[in-house]
Amino acid sequence: MVANTHEQEFETQELLINMGPQHPSTHGVFRMVLGVDGEVVTDVVPHIGYMHRGAEKLCETMDFRQGVGYMDRTEYLANFNAELSYVLAVEKLAGIEVPERAQWVRMILCELNRLSSHFMFTGAFGTDVGVFGTAFVYSFREREVLLDLFEEITGDRLMYAYFRPGGLAWEVPDNFESRVHEVLLSAERGIRDMDGLLTQNEIFLARTKGVGAISAADAIDWGMSGPSLRASGVPLDLRRDDPYLYYPQVKFDVITGEAGDVFDRYHVRLKEMRESVRIIEQCMERLADGPILPERLPRMLRTPPGEIYERTEAPRGEYGIYLVSQGGNRPYRLKIRSACLSNLQALRDMTIGHYVADAVVILGSIDIVLCEVDR
Amino acid sequence: MRGIVRAMATTLGTFVRGPVTREYPERHRPIPQRDRAFPLLLWDFDTDEPFCTGCHACERACPVECMTVLMKDNPAHTSLGGTSKRRKIIDKFWIDYARCMRCNICVEVCNFDAIAMNNTWSGHEISVYDRADLVMDLPQLLAQHKAGAIDEWVAP
Repeated sequence: MVANTHEQEFETQELLINMGPQHPSTHGVFRMVLGVDGEVVTDVVPHIGYMHRGAEKLCETMDFRQGVGYMDRTEYLANFNAELSYVLAVEKLAGIEVPERAQWVRMILCELNRLSSHFMFTGAFGTDVGVFGTAFVYSFREREVLLDLFEEITGDRLMYAYFRPGGLAWEVPDNFESRVHEVLLSAERGIRDMDGLLTQNEIFLARTKGVGAISAADAIDWGMSGPSLRASGVPLDLRRDDPYLYYPQVKFDVITGEAGDVFDRYHVRLKEMRESVRIIEQCMERLADGPILPERLPRMLRTPPGEIYERTEAPRGEYGIYLVSQGGNRPYRLKIRSACLSNLQALRDMTIGHYVADAVVILGSIDIVLCEVDR
Repeated sequence: MRGIVRAMATTLGTFVRGPVTREYPERHRPIPQRDRAFPLLLWDFDTDEPFCTGCHACERACPVECMTVLMKDNPAHTSLGGTSKRRKIIDKFWIDYARCMRCNICVEVCNFDAIAMNNTWSGHEISVYDRADLVMDLPQLLAQHKAGAIDEWVAP
């Protein structure tokens, strides 16, 4: 019998570990098969599709008003942004002029939605990293305030179905402006709290700095977008580079990171929240009375034949709607360009070479919404 | 070390704030007037009959096809010696709450303001043991407004 000596090389064996779909840190039903060598990840095979409900196909049987509700259900953390892409595409195809007030309200709601989505991210990400509970409940407390406002305006906490092709479903409440200012104050405090809790925390930094880095060239190659792309140093923001609504009329900075690692993806989002607050404050100054729907809107909206691709900057990246119409009141084909699906493709590149424990952190930093990935 | 101290300071700072948690089943928070639970039908107290004439507008506009509507001739119409101006009236109405996605479209398309989204807590707390119990029929849909237990909000 020969005892192992230190000089002798251990022969290691690659092991496959299944993670998900019922794993609490996969943010939904997502399954990855990790190949591990000791503690180091050597291969990642993601399995998606558990949440597929055929939203695109369903929308082909819906008229343009009915379709709005299905957009909510694809992107359930940033519903206003998802609805916006859809209604903008329909409006552009049908040639509808949207009243000014409706556009400003849309902008405010979309930015507020970005805040609530990023609060969700910081909370869930904090849990992934291991700051268990604290970051989560703190950010959810702030998100709650935002959801309360959305409920007062639209009547629902998540599935708003509030935007309509042409404008808004109904007028915002009378105390809208004062309520938004209240909510902004609380959101600013929330951002400060999350900043204090995480950004300089040594344990947090040890878990996130230098982990899951992806270079700018790779990020572009994988088709990443949104904060995950900007963290790698690519200053692409559709609000500035392909403007929609009245974004050219407000001032905001495009936040970029440098290293493209997990910490940068977190930090870019945190800084973006401050920019969102800035945008909303400018919008509130410009908000004036007026109609919220065009004067002459047909009872049943029909579009001329044609096709259109309309994209917006959702909290997770480019949320695009490709709409083909052959005339009539419903799309002939609808394709949703999901930001999360493209961002998720880079997961393999980011994770290989890191520890198994970091796989959860890297997945959390992409901020996936599985309903949007699978649609 | 500095970061940890700062994080601790943030945590300690929340001790002076009140809790936002509500002890739900014991205490119900007030819900806004626009709150959307499930749709229900409204009762016309002037003529003592439902507002709904069974015109199928909501049924056609429903994205998930959760409604079934049947209309009949109104026995209380003036031509038949009654007092109502409605020639047709709702006969049977079912809404499958299990399918409804609460999009508010049925309320928007209604020409008679006969349907509204439930904005009370009873609209949210409807757990049942059998899915078939979630298919509401006409008396169940009318009961809450008939009893005056709702202050409905219909978008202008």
